Amino acid sequence: MVNFLGSLGRWFFGVLHKLGDAAILGASALALFFAKPWQGRHFILQMHAVGVGSLVIIAITGAFTGMVLSLEGYYTLSKLGSESALGAGVALTIIRELGPVLGALMMTGRAGSSITAEIGIMRVTEQLDALEMMAVNPKARIILPRIVATTLSLPLLVFIFCMVGMFFGYLIGVELLGVNSGAFISGMESMIDTRDVRICSEKSLVFGLLIGVVCTFLGQRAAPTTEGVARATTQAVVIASVGILVLDYVMNSFYL
Amino acid sequence: MALMETMEFSSPSDSARAALIRGDALNKSFNGVPALDRVDIAIREGAITAIMGGSGSGKTTLLRLLSGLEPPTSGHVWFEGEDLAHIKRKRLYDLRAKMGMVFQYSALLNSLDVYENVAFTLREHTRLDETTIRTIVTMKLEQVGLRGFERLMPSELSGGMAKRVAFARALAMDPKVVFFDEPTSGLDPISAGVVTTLIHDLTRKTHMTSIVVTHDVQAGLAIADHVVLLWQGKIIAEGSAESIRQSSDERVRQFIEGRPDGPIPFSRSQTPYLADLLGPTAKAV
Repeated sequence: MVNFLGSLGRWFFGVLHKLGDAAILGASALALFFAKPWQGRHFILQMHAVGVGSLVIIAITGAFTGMVLSLEGYYTLSKLGSESALGAGVALTIIRELGPVLGALMMTGRAGSSITAEIGIMRVTEQLDALEMMAVNPKARIILPRIVATTLSLPLLVFIFCMVGMFFGYLIGVELLGVNSGAFISGMESMIDTRDVRICSEKSLVFGLLIGVVCTFLGQRAAPTTEGVARATTQAVVIASVGILVLDYVMNSFYL
Repeated sequence: MALMETMEFSSPSDSARAALIRGDALNKSFNGVPALDRVDIAIREGAITAIMGGSGSGKTTLLRLLSGLEPPTSGHVWFEGEDLAHIKRKRLYDLRAKMGMVFQYSALLNSLDVYENVAFTLREHTRLDETTIRTIVTMKLEQVGLRGFERLMPSELSGGMAKRVAFARALAMDPKVVFFDEPTSGLDPISAGVVTTLIHDLTRKTHMTSIVVTHDVQAGLAIADHVVLLWQGKIIAEGSAESIRQSSDERVRQFIEGRPDGPIPFSRSQTPYLADLLGPTAKAV
């Protein structure tokens, strides 16, 4: 029993220690945002890699999420005779919840894993050390642009997710299931206000920051072996995904 | 021994003036396991210093400390009168403009082609126009015999070519000192010979200082002006290549002759062989 508690304590403090290290990495990298030489070109290059690279998967996920929500929502609401509320239900669910969460999970799988693997391989092949020797700070050149890219790209991707989701929800609800078009759209308009959009944006920013910090941290800490990089990549996806769900709950509890 | 005596200094500031780089009482340990144990070393300007020793003797650790890539657990690394272990990052980066490094696995930036790898530091730290950068890159690639390969990606290069590109990249800023970590490991004899000759010739022509970590005894002794032999994190011998060749120290003789038997044990097993073979039944026996 004592051994078990001891192991649990060591594990807990180990996790706390790593969380602290990750937070320090994120904060120290962000502190270099305005440092010279300014890395603006690399921010844009990474936003292109992260944002444009995730665009298709985000749009597809958004489309099918909107379609499924419309189908399931219609099935439930029709039992209550409230099909006219379908538009409000689809829009509210996508904007407040599924857009930021699913968008973030998709970005983690598509871009986050690649960030961890890329940085891990750079570590294994001594490219990070080579940058140091060439008087280029890897934290400013490699870590910061990736954190900035995930943080700024995710809100834009989530916006696209929401638009595509609502459009395909409309198509299924109105064109396929026969819900009144005016009722669908007016339901959306009446239920969605700027606070919902703000919540969506804030969640996206926080989730994007989380993905950037977790994925760069684990890449930088990857054991210098092929197995170490593979393990770090898996860990990054798992930890970032669980972190997104936990943070989503925490943020919702503040918003409601 | 005479050479070692000439390199003794009265104070860190004196030492920094007398040698280009000097390590004073360098200790380094990883998770409590010592890798270097009170190492004193002086790197003479304009010379080739070969740091040799077996695997795990602390050669690469010493190189990383001398280049400022890692801080020592205790001790000082003096370069141009400044302690690399205790200066701010910005100042360290200023000093790094005078250093170049060729890593064991070349460490070329694999998203950039050969040209961009060599041009990297020029773009980062100078405001030279593209024509000048192209001229410098062409000159550096010519020096390592790779002119015409500018557009190849690192993944398309052989091990020897990658090492030479890394060498050209290290030379791009005309450094005062270049660090080489196992420059010939993993190369065929011809490529290894090419790289070794390049180190020798370019050091002589450009009057730079070279620090070469290697376990290739013949190559090290052939090009070095000064040889440092490490074992278990300590310097066991140093001096000219000739004095190392003539050394009567049994450990030195064993190392340069590559003999498995001698004072440097081949086996690193901590427990008796028989006990490991018999395993749990050993006690019963």
